[in-house]
Amino acid sequence: MTVYAQPGQADSPVSFKSRYEHFIGGKWVAPVKGEYFEDVSPVNGKPFTEVGRGTAEDIEAALDAAWAAAPSWNTSTPTERAILLNKIADRMEENLETLAVAETWDNGKPVRENLAADIPLAIDHFRYFAGAIRSQEGRLSQIDEDTVAYHFHEPLGVVGQIIPWNFPILMGVWKLAPALAAGNCVVLKPAEQTPASILVLIELIQDLLPDGVVNVVNGFGVEAGKPLASNKRIRKIAFTGETTTGRLIMQYASENIIPVTLELGGKSPNVFFEDIAQQQDEFYQKALEGFALFGLNQGEVCTCPSRALVQKGMYDDFVAAGIERVNKMVQGNPLDTNTMVGAQASTDQLEKILSYLEIGKQEGAKVLTGGERLMLDGDLAEGYYVKPTVFEGTNSMRIFQEEIFGPVLSLTSFTDFDDAISIANDTLYGLGAGVWARSGTTAYRAGRAIQSGRVWVNQYHNYPAHAAFGGYKSSGIGRENHLMMLDHYQQTKNLLVSYSEKEMGLF
Amino acid sequence: MTEEADRAVDPSTPDVALEATAGPEDDVVRVGYTNAAVELLRELWHRHGALMFHQSGGCCEGSAPMCFPVGEFRTGDSDVLLGTAVLTAADGSDLGPLELYISREQFQAWKHTRLIIDAVPGRGSGFSLEAPTGHRFLTRSTLCTV
Repeated sequence: MTVYAQPGQADSPVSFKSRYEHFIGGKWVAPVKGEYFEDVSPVNGKPFTEVGRGTAEDIEAALDAAWAAAPSWNTSTPTERAILLNKIADRMEENLETLAVAETWDNGKPVRENLAADIPLAIDHFRYFAGAIRSQEGRLSQIDEDTVAYHFHEPLGVVGQIIPWNFPILMGVWKLAPALAAGNCVVLKPAEQTPASILVLIELIQDLLPDGVVNVVNGFGVEAGKPLASNKRIRKIAFTGETTTGRLIMQYASENIIPVTLELGGKSPNVFFEDIAQQQDEFYQKALEGFALFGLNQGEVCTCPSRALVQKGMYDDFVAAGIERVNKMVQGNPLDTNTMVGAQASTDQLEKILSYLEIGKQEGAKVLTGGERLMLDGDLAEGYYVKPTVFEGTNSMRIFQEEIFGPVLSLTSFTDFDDAISIANDTLYGLGAGVWARSGTTAYRAGRAIQSGRVWVNQYHNYPAHAAFGGYKSSGIGRENHLMMLDHYQQTKNLLVSYSEKEMGLF
Repeated sequence: MTEEADRAVDPSTPDVALEATAGPEDDVVRVGYTNAAVELLRELWHRHGALMFHQSGGCCEGSAPMCFPVGEFRTGDSDVLLGTAVLTAADGSDLGPLELYISREQFQAWKHTRLIIDAVPGRGSGFSLEAPTGHRFLTRSTLCTV
């Protein structure tokens, strides 16, 4: 067990600066308007640094820098790009603890997740796209004996990316790695709730980055996000967030006729078929862990398995054992490697979750465990903690339909396969889902029948690179985490060549 | 504990200072604004002109009501107008109508609830106008007797 010292203390692996400027053109640049905003740590509810409050002027400066870098970076070789991505990965690996603790302090998530998942996955993501771009091939088609269609991949130029606060570094990297691999320059706006950890990453890798290839402008959505998303000088915009902003970003993109990728959340069903209970073996325990996985990252995951659908034949025993699992979650200081559930990312988030706990109770859902804020002692008393909560209710309730983005599970039962699929698909969203069954046939059929982009079978919350991730229905457009994301960051150039010397004979 | 933090742990229904009339597809008065929301709206109206809301769903700030200048966010047949309130200035003079929309499919999940728009200290989200003010809008829901 390790308890990391708080950032700024002598033995902490990270020390935040008191102020961060924008990173534009390879340099740290003060905001044009000279304003900054506070960054609050959800661990203790106290501000720990301030970051540049970007405006349209800063976005324009970042786009100037990005376009200045574009002629050379857009024409760099796949080898050069792969070398950069691999060097970034190595540098991150050398600074794993620094990044993990910085991420915990900015976002509130338990350091154990950052050490084991967020940062290692981000490192691997750079390596994956380094490999993907090296092995990417264009295609050619022989149209006839003397006519050949060549298809070349070309970068888009300069792209905009807006990053969410739930995995500030990992979601940043999910967007950065494919964009850079494809040869684009990037202007990136982190979430205003978590602007600092990604700047710690930039500090670590800035000597590796060619000037202007990666630019980071912080600020509020309306002041910095909008001038980026609506800008005529971006060739693509990528966004992760909620549906209204997603629609607004598509509207801006429609004015500029540029492509969009969107990841807009979910209300993921986790379906447990009763053959699980045929034996009380290791797999049964694995399924119970699956029931409790809604607590990962305090439920602040777009794919949080926030609806558990348990078949009636095993309902009572399975749910009782599942609740026991939930009650064993260790909640507390996010810098303690024993802590499984940390702090919610912001006071906004805390309030929203508490309001949903209230809605759930009003709607008549039964609280099986949790159901309230957790008050910790001492320095953490002002932090944003919520007890892992399980509600039992029906799928029409708001807590079953709306993404709470907290450690809140909405539990219901089903009778048979068709009932399960009907409940699972009765949602606006289609990002993630889980299916648990001993029967491979049941698992396969359920997995195919659930309308979502990712269905985990007999597992959940696994995010390896090379497994495509993205939404059906209102959950968005595009597939991240896979080499197919390169397509979202590339143009196709078709060279249609005639090797014939004969006239066409038309004129 | 500060008054603000106290409020954060008490999600009970606040008093409604401004009621909206029901939208054309709805016979329920379901949208109301608290005093704090009205005051913040007056400030934003003064700075940005006429305003509207779109109730969001999904990831991150999913349940946040997003406040935009009228015309910034395009609504259409995929939306339902939930209510129109007449916002007044502090001196009682009319500022104008304030509409609140929700996507039609999300309305199906929300139609048994009343939406009370409150304003609390916080950061705001998305491209909603209040983010830089240090306050943000929050939808507090109660069940309505429909």
